[in-house]
Amino acid sequence: MNNKGTLGRLLRTILEFYPVMAPLTLLCILFSAIVNALPSLFMQQIIALIEESWQAGDWAAVSGQILRLVGTLVAIYVISLVSVFTWTRLMAIMTQGLLKKLRCKMFNGMQNLPIKYFDTHNHGDIMSYYTNDIDTLRQLVSQSIPQLISSGVVVCTCLAIMLYFSVWLTLVILVGVTCMLLVTKKVGGGSARFFRRQQISMGKVEGFVEELMNGQKVVKVFCHEEETGKDFDRVNDALFSDSKKANTYANTLMPILNNMGNVLYAVVAMVGGLLLLMQAPNLSISGMAISISIVVPFLNMTKQFSGNIGQVSQQVNSVVMGMAGAHRIFELMDQQAEKDEGTITLVNAKEGADGTLQECSERTNVWAWRRVNPNGSVTLTRLAGDVRMEHVDFGYDPKKTVLHDITLFAKPGQKVAFVGATGAGKTTITNLINRFYDISNGKILYDGINIMDIKKADLRRSLGIVLQDTNLFTGTVMDNIRYGNLAACDEECIAAAQLAGAHDFITRLPDGYNTMLTSNGTNLSQGQRQLLAIARAAVADPPVMILDEATSSIDTRTEAIVQQGMDALMCNRTVFVIAHRLSTVKNSDVIMVLEHGVIIERGSHEELIAKKGKYYQLYTGAFELE
Amino acid sequence: MLKTLMRSIGEYRKVTIMTPVLVTGEVVVECFIPFVISRLVDQIQAGCELSVIMQYSGLLIIMAGIALLLGWGAGVTCSAASTGFARNLRRNMFYAIQDYSFANIDKFSTSSLVTRLTTDVTNVQFAFMMILRAAIRCPLMLIFAFTVSYMMAGSMAYIFLFTIPVLTIGLALVIWKTVPLFRKVFKKYDRLNESIQENVQAMRVVKSYVREEYEKQKFETAAQDVCNDFTKAEKILAINSPLMQFCVYAASTLIMGVGSYVIINTQGAQLNVGQLSALFTYSIQILMSLMILSMVFVMITMAFESAHRIAEVLQEKSSLVSPPNAVTEVKDGSIDFDHVNFRYSEHAERMALSNVDLHIRSGETIGILGGTGSSKTSLIQLIPRLYDVTEGSVKVGGVDVRDYDLEVLRNQVAVVLQKNVLFSGTIKENLRWGDLNATDEELVHACKLAQADEFIQQFPDGYDTYIEQGGTNVSGGQKQRLCIARALLKHPKILILDDSTSAVDTKTDALIRKAFREYLPETTKIIVAQRVASVEDADRILIMDGGQIVAVGNHEELLATNPIYQEIYESQNKGGKTDE
Repeated sequence: MNNKGTLGRLLRTILEFYPVMAPLTLLCILFSAIVNALPSLFMQQIIALIEESWQAGDWAAVSGQILRLVGTLVAIYVISLVSVFTWTRLMAIMTQGLLKKLRCKMFNGMQNLPIKYFDTHNHGDIMSYYTNDIDTLRQLVSQSIPQLISSGVVVCTCLAIMLYFSVWLTLVILVGVTCMLLVTKKVGGGSARFFRRQQISMGKVEGFVEELMNGQKVVKVFCHEEETGKDFDRVNDALFSDSKKANTYANTLMPILNNMGNVLYAVVAMVGGLLLLMQAPNLSISGMAISISIVVPFLNMTKQFSGNIGQVSQQVNSVVMGMAGAHRIFELMDQQAEKDEGTITLVNAKEGADGTLQECSERTNVWAWRRVNPNGSVTLTRLAGDVRMEHVDFGYDPKKTVLHDITLFAKPGQKVAFVGATGAGKTTITNLINRFYDISNGKILYDGINIMDIKKADLRRSLGIVLQDTNLFTGTVMDNIRYGNLAACDEECIAAAQLAGAHDFITRLPDGYNTMLTSNGTNLSQGQRQLLAIARAAVADPPVMILDEATSSIDTRTEAIVQQGMDALMCNRTVFVIAHRLSTVKNSDVIMVLEHGVIIERGSHEELIAKKGKYYQLYTGAFELE
Repeated sequence: MLKTLMRSIGEYRKVTIMTPVLVTGEVVVECFIPFVISRLVDQIQAGCELSVIMQYSGLLIIMAGIALLLGWGAGVTCSAASTGFARNLRRNMFYAIQDYSFANIDKFSTSSLVTRLTTDVTNVQFAFMMILRAAIRCPLMLIFAFTVSYMMAGSMAYIFLFTIPVLTIGLALVIWKTVPLFRKVFKKYDRLNESIQENVQAMRVVKSYVREEYEKQKFETAAQDVCNDFTKAEKILAINSPLMQFCVYAASTLIMGVGSYVIINTQGAQLNVGQLSALFTYSIQILMSLMILSMVFVMITMAFESAHRIAEVLQEKSSLVSPPNAVTEVKDGSIDFDHVNFRYSEHAERMALSNVDLHIRSGETIGILGGTGSSKTSLIQLIPRLYDVTEGSVKVGGVDVRDYDLEVLRNQVAVVLQKNVLFSGTIKENLRWGDLNATDEELVHACKLAQADEFIQQFPDGYDTYIEQGGTNVSGGQKQRLCIARALLKHPKILILDDSTSAVDTKTDALIRKAFREYLPETTKIIVAQRVASVEDADRILIMDGGQIVAVGNHEELLATNPIYQEIYESQNKGGKTDE
């Protein structure tokens, strides 16, 4: 989308959000801008009156006329004040409202984007939509656009008035303004170039600082402070050099324009004086002859004219940046949301005496898939947790398959484990079961139903996932556990924590379950965070569970405790386990050994050991997993 | 606080002082331009010669030229001063952080330090620039413009005096009302953005639990809250503009009305048309200055918060420094813990370590086992004096660690940290952190000991392979071995591995330990591990639980007597280990 399109869309969006306020604001801006240019007209008339009568010294003769002029001006001013007051206030409401609505629109849209988007975009980049881009947009909407409209109107009105008075003097001003615009382009261009370079240098400093601050303890341990300081000086000096240049351009533009305005002011005075002196024939719309009453307001208009050009030139940078920001914001909003064609839903069910299923609203620990048949009748299929993959191929990049012809089955209640080196495709398999990604070939059946037919939300609700990288949210420990099941009461959350082996450490936190966690729980160890994540999954109480390296940071002793709890929870439910610690997967019903996206061995621990294949080698430590 | 910051002006003192001087010059010249013009208008009115007009015009253009040069110069010096100041601030902060101890580092989060070094410095730089130019220019403009008007038009200039209190009081009220509001709302805004970041990072969790709607609602509430507060503040701020307009309008109507009365009544004796025109120009100049001044004030108050955060970093005193007359030689690798109690901060309720008594001979190999949170890491961090004990003492080579020169001590006590980091750069560059002057042969030798040489040789670029930020292009096990090699290059008397082989397979792990035994017999080795296999062959194994050493002994002894050790051993060897 080009700049014009972006601007149009931005304006349309504003209008859509504020169909009354926006036009009203525009009207007020136009009005007050025109009023700003008017005093020259009144001044010309008053000075003309003074010119006629000052030598006579008879105030009473002209006072009526002058006071009437001043009175009219006051009236216009009052209306103008009201309109300025109105539009600045409206603008404050609209700008913040617009930003809030855009933020929410982006955020809501983002919630519906597929996982692929988050896997393929840098999180820092995503964040900058909400910070940098929104900030530039704020500048654009609240300041630049009103300023541009108002300056545009003032310049046009001034131009009209100037032409009304004298074409010759107008030409002088236009020549001067052209020079000012050329300078703006030259200096402003230089400043824009160096500001971009400054941005890049700033990024480098930020990257360097971030890396070093993360490794600060290593720096200390190696007494590497001095060398690190020297490296920092290098990037810091580069930033200094660029930002000095950028700011020099920016800081000199204003005084240059300002004083060019002063030169212009002098030139207008000079030319005006010459015209007056030589009684040159004036060319003007009004047909007035050149007089002191024209030259004086002209001088004021020169100031106004050049002042407004200066204002516009100040806005150029922010307009360019604001448009880029708006463009990116629309880009995020236009991202394709996750598609979902599934129709089968997950419901709680009750088993009747005759063994048939009955849908019900309360939690019964019995789930059923609800299919609405074409004839309108409803079929309930009991959720058993039977997961099958048949000849599944998959690649994140369509050209590069990472899983080849995977066929596997997990019978209800079985514990299925995946082992294999990093990149062998273990996590990918779980990404496919919950449809974070869709398979390219083959099919995945869940209780005999193709998962493509199940509504995504319900499919995911039926699967509890605990990931290796634990993400906690700002809030209390209790809030974080309850995230798994928003309806759970405190007792249920505590029971889940006990099950996960987290209760013990939570009670030792300063405020127990009410301890606030911030920044992804930095005050907890990685192992403690994993225990919380398991508690969160436990309170969700899902029929099928996927544990992706869920206990990797927990010591083996605690893991054994967690394991007991999990076994109790997952009794009769299907569990998928991914782990690189073989002691974690040893008691699984089936272990699949993956290599380069292919299942190379499968069987129970004993079977695989007896086979003396890859698993045996891994188990005896002859191979490194990572 | 300001004093702390001002120290960073440093070598830019000259340009910092130059700027206001140049600005003053510019303002003076600029203020006289309308004055000269009023004279010119008078001359024209009086029907003067062409040459007089030319003279005046020439004078005006020269004046504008001088003002331009001065203004331009001020722009240049001001940029140099403010960006230079920012450079020094960043530099001084970074160097201050380099002097921090672990306890200091724990106090600030990484992201907050990054913000302080970048965004906060940028804010202060901007405010500094504003102070140097606008904050000096505007009041001066006010004073000069008023003085010149007074000289020219006498009591007419009092019209300005009448608008000044209106504006000042109005603007002061606005600032007084909005600044605390802005301060509050910016904090909320930061939190809002943090919550977005949290959401993005946790997207898999959000989607797995189907919490999209919940997240949307949570966000909507927070965003609305921020929006309300912002609107409230901006609405007050919006009064600035009409207030300023009011003053412009009031001044110009007064000048027009009263001016024409005075001109006509005194027949041009007290005031003439040229002066009237100059008064108009001054009225706009004065009011513009006040307006800019008010904006500058708001910005400066906002930058205050940033300045405060920067000063916090600069003023933070390192809690660990080398003592005067420090011991500069570590005799041997013996370690003694005498009745050590340790807690991370005075406010911590629980001791991280209590009553630790431990004596390690030089050259001994010690294994440490214990559950999550049993303070294994706390124990070993006291040896290179990364933290100071709360009570008792830790001695290395028979000397209290607090008596050593820190650099000497840490060069002799190498720690491979649990949360270890490789830096972006080649493998060689990373290894040389251990020893800047190490030869290539020494690098290879260290890598061979750490069992890293083999995989490095397999990289197409070998030892020149570029490590990405955070070491993302090597596996966890490879990273750990590189970190060990890096520590070995220090040729330390004491080597501490804090769970540093967890991602290395058992066979390689054993090879590393074998290499230590054979090539570093003199070095004291302390191995913190989760795997029993990693410590099995140590001279002594410590079992830690709840901040205490609960058992000491070799593998056989502990297996026979210690229930915790038995339990750990069982959990890792259940089903019988099939030996190679």
